[in-house]
Amino acid sequence: MRLREIPITAWIGIAGILLALFCAIFAPWIAPHGETEVVGEVWAPADGQFYFGLDNLGRDILSRLIYGARTTLFVALGATLISFSLGIVLSFTAAVSRGPIDTVLSRFNDLMMSIPTLIFALVVLAVLPQSIFILILVMAVLDSTRVYRLGRAVALDVAVMEFVEAAKLRGEGRVWIIFREILPNTLSPLLAEFGLRFAFAILFLSTLSFLGLGIQPPAADWGGMVKDNKDGIIFGISAALVPGGAIAALAICVNLVVDWLLKRTSSLKGGRGDA
Amino acid sequence: MPELLSVRGLKIEATSYPPGEPPKRVTIVDDVSFDLAKGKVLGLIGESGAGKSTIGLSALAYGRGGAEITGGEVLLDGEDLLALGKSGIRRVRGARVCYVAQSAAAAFNPAHRLGAQVIEASVKHGLMTVEEARTRALYLFRVLGLPNPETFGDRYPHQVSGGQLQRAMTAMALCSNPELIVFDEPTTALDVTTQIDVLAAIKHAIEETDTAALYITHDLAVVAQISDDIMVLRHGKTVEYGTAQQIIEAPREAYTQALVNVRQALRPEATVQTDTLLKVDNVTAGYSNGFKVLFDVTLHVPKGQTLAIVGESGSGKSTLARVITGLLPPLEGSISFAGKALSPALKGRSNDDLRRIQLIYQMADTAMNPRQTVRDIIGRPLTFYYGLRGAAKTARVKELLEQIEMSNGFVDRYPAELSGGQKQRVAIARALAANPELILCDEPTSALDPLVAEGILNLLMKLQEEKQLSYIFITHDIAIVRAIADSVAVMHRGKLVRFGPKSKVLSPPFDDYTDLLLKSVPEMEIGWLEKVLTTRRMESAGN
Amino acid sequence: MSPSTDTDGLSGRKLRERFPLAALILERLVLSIILLFAVSLLIFVGLQALPGDFASTYLGQSATPQAIANIRDQLGLNQPLLSRYLSWLGHAMVGDFGTSWASQNSVGEQIGLRLGNSLFLAGFAALISVPLAVGLGMLSVHFRNRLPDKIINIVSLAAISLPEFFIGYLLIMFFAVKFGVATFPATVYAEMSLYDRLQAIALPTATLVLVVLAHMMRMTRAAILSVMSSAYMETAELKGLSAFRSIVRHAAPNALAPIINVVALNLAYLVVGVVVVEVVFVYPGMGQYMVDAVTVRDMPVVQACGLIFAAVYILLNMVADILAIVANPRLRHPR
Repeated sequence: MRLREIPITAWIGIAGILLALFCAIFAPWIAPHGETEVVGEVWAPADGQFYFGLDNLGRDILSRLIYGARTTLFVALGATLISFSLGIVLSFTAAVSRGPIDTVLSRFNDLMMSIPTLIFALVVLAVLPQSIFILILVMAVLDSTRVYRLGRAVALDVAVMEFVEAAKLRGEGRVWIIFREILPNTLSPLLAEFGLRFAFAILFLSTLSFLGLGIQPPAADWGGMVKDNKDGIIFGISAALVPGGAIAALAICVNLVVDWLLKRTSSLKGGRGDA
Repeated sequence: MPELLSVRGLKIEATSYPPGEPPKRVTIVDDVSFDLAKGKVLGLIGESGAGKSTIGLSALAYGRGGAEITGGEVLLDGEDLLALGKSGIRRVRGARVCYVAQSAAAAFNPAHRLGAQVIEASVKHGLMTVEEARTRALYLFRVLGLPNPETFGDRYPHQVSGGQLQRAMTAMALCSNPELIVFDEPTTALDVTTQIDVLAAIKHAIEETDTAALYITHDLAVVAQISDDIMVLRHGKTVEYGTAQQIIEAPREAYTQALVNVRQALRPEATVQTDTLLKVDNVTAGYSNGFKVLFDVTLHVPKGQTLAIVGESGSGKSTLARVITGLLPPLEGSISFAGKALSPALKGRSNDDLRRIQLIYQMADTAMNPRQTVRDIIGRPLTFYYGLRGAAKTARVKELLEQIEMSNGFVDRYPAELSGGQKQRVAIARALAANPELILCDEPTSALDPLVAEGILNLLMKLQEEKQLSYIFITHDIAIVRAIADSVAVMHRGKLVRFGPKSKVLSPPFDDYTDLLLKSVPEMEIGWLEKVLTTRRMESAGN
Repeated sequence: MSPSTDTDGLSGRKLRERFPLAALILERLVLSIILLFAVSLLIFVGLQALPGDFASTYLGQSATPQAIANIRDQLGLNQPLLSRYLSWLGHAMVGDFGTSWASQNSVGEQIGLRLGNSLFLAGFAALISVPLAVGLGMLSVHFRNRLPDKIINIVSLAAISLPEFFIGYLLIMFFAVKFGVATFPATVYAEMSLYDRLQAIALPTATLVLVVLAHMMRMTRAAILSVMSSAYMETAELKGLSAFRSIVRHAAPNALAPIINVVALNLAYLVVGVVVVEVVFVYPGMGQYMVDAVTVRDMPVVQACGLIFAAVYILLNMVADILAIVANPRLRHPR
């Protein structure tokens, strides 16, 4: 892979992701003010001192944005890593074993997928206690169904190739076949899917926070910040649009990178059906 | 007399995108010229990649998948097709020049009936009314020997067989009374017994309608039956161009001679009796939904000899290979190896059992992991069965490469960087690494060009001599059977029709199926097709 | 092919062979019904299995042991699980979803009012977005890899990356507040005229359309491209057919099935998108009802809404599957 071959749109995406990562890691050092520190008037407009103005409680939006990057990225990345691992392990096992294991896993997955993710999350979160780990777990389990579906399709594509049969005929065990024969040949589409899931996790988390079910205040989280400041919209206060814009910007960056990865895989998938 | 089609100095190029390198311009066809008179047939023959399809498509001024015609002229009745604009060439295509694709199954639209598609071009070009076109289509269905011609047009593509589709495609091309038809490997995808019928139908149809034809194929025996002239192509250049008679009976170039002389007997039939290595007893096999594929098959392979299993698609020969390797446990019957019973399923067999029987696949592309180097591919069995690692493994890999006549420089290459023949050789080395006693070869040369295939067969025979290997060679190609087999098994629809030493099986008296099979293989002889057809007519007249 | 002469003409296998279409449709129907039952089980029973006792959650701070016991009795939480499930399911099937814990109103009544509103909003959004998406998808293919296609690609990529609430507030900010051309919040009530109603939902509809349009357009483009690269399209070109005829007569019939599938899937997605949009625009629909209920842990409402949303989703997916089957010529005309 030549660096020169990467199109400019992908570079923009990579830059955006790195910026968010930077903010997340170094938040306490680069944020001008504290996460919950009240520094001025409610909804003060943007000026030289407070680049994005102040929010509904007089806190600095820029600082909260930077701290919010930490929460958002931590939760989204965590959820994606867990959902991905879970989905891939289950789907690859199903694809290689076929038979009853495959049927049971796939039918259960279909069942889980027949309820839209948001609705499922709402129902489950109505019952479970509020906690950031519960949130990550719920997001992960629900999203793993999408990963399972793709993983199984991709693994099956490879599993029917003759070199996999040749390995079976040699006497190779299931573990070898999954990790040494199938997985290396599925890296490209899997990587693209990881990106898609990550973008979805960011959007999903902010939606949950916006609805009041995600990260709880006073912790800064981009979706929650929109919720806090939404009442200002009717008065022409754009404070809620700033965190919303940040979410959008990060999601766009991830999608730009994924788009590039998908082109490399020459997959025909053009949609991001995440219902 | 002006020729119908005159191609002068044709040059076709494309851009290739090799992995890890900048895109580069390659020449697919280089300075090719030929003439074709009205009503005559020109055969274009060559190996895959020789450029024959590309040349055929240039007669319609079409470049498939990025191929661009960059030089030369294609004169149809004196008019240069390459100089015509979009609407000009559209008027020619489907009306004056028609194309019959290699895969009729893919070329027909699954959403419309065959009849509508067959007459579409004629009607849309304003050549005839719908009624006239339907009448003509009916006539053509009859000429091409299609069953129930009156209702054939009402069917959908998925409702008829491959051979019928190919004929339907020919009807579609003939419907508009074109001056020229380009046939692109029309019988390659068909069974040998179907091929001969389609070939005869095509020949009859173009003679009846006095159409000129470009017949593209890689099979010299087939092209000899149908062409007046033959052009031999290699790497986009003309190797030899002359009448069919001259090319077949007195080829001048070395390459042409090699093509004509392919498949001489490579090995005399073994006469020494040896112990039985593999025995298949009364095996009946099928799939879990009850569908049976093999019925009561019994055969055996002596040590150090080659058993050729020959049959067409659906005969069950590949299924038999799966039963022997343990991938498909039989419903009835048993398999024994070197005197001991072999567990019917894969998991019941020890690693040593698995080691002694190896399998070589038809498509070497998919038979090897594209992410592994040649060293890994050949080396894995060494590590898995013998625990070889490090220097010992490297040394043995080198030895094996020598045995398959490839240099050690190939160890770090990936399969995508190898040619078809090289890939198959690596597959053979992988099989040899296990030190097997029996190698099942499932159509290992069917996907290769004739000369490359020749090389592989020679290699296999050499290895057999050196190591006393036994082979089960599955094929549909009788010529290969004649060249290399010691014993032969003929299969048809899951049943073993005939089994025994080669000389016995391939000599009369024959059962009906073997008779049909042997007669359907085109010989490299002008006029063979006429002879067979005459014999058939006589036989059916006599009944 | 000769018809089956089996005297036992109604045996399952023969029927399946002769009417593959009907068999497949029936299969989908049965599968969906089973799925719906399984989902209802999951919603009801699964929830009970999760940690977090209802009664204490419901009471929150005032959870004394006596209060908990009383509430459990009052809400019928002491009955055996299976009988509670069956009773709930039985009532649900006739539209009785019990009473809300928070407001003591009949859940079914509220749903009756609100479901109509949500479907109206979603339906209107669908009406606008589907033709737009298919049209843009076709346009994109026609100008494949040229400027219009690249522009459409970038814009749609941005659109699917924007959260719905962001688009919503953006639209409110510009069209309601700054330009004053649209109404916010989007309140509707029973006696409103159609025109007034449409005016009220202008912005929420626009939001929904923008999100779904982008998804649908990208998938339509992919489906059409896949069909365009088929071998029979080459045959059409080699027969000298005009580009128009090739697309209309050869590409379109085969693109129908995948496009229908795409549209139906996105309609299902629309059902979910409604939830967020209703909260943003304070629209009296099922989505807002459910979110409010979740915040206060009003279980009967949550379960009822969850079930209904799931049912609509399953129904739309089933319709998508069935339409895709029907549009497949191989199944319409068996051997």
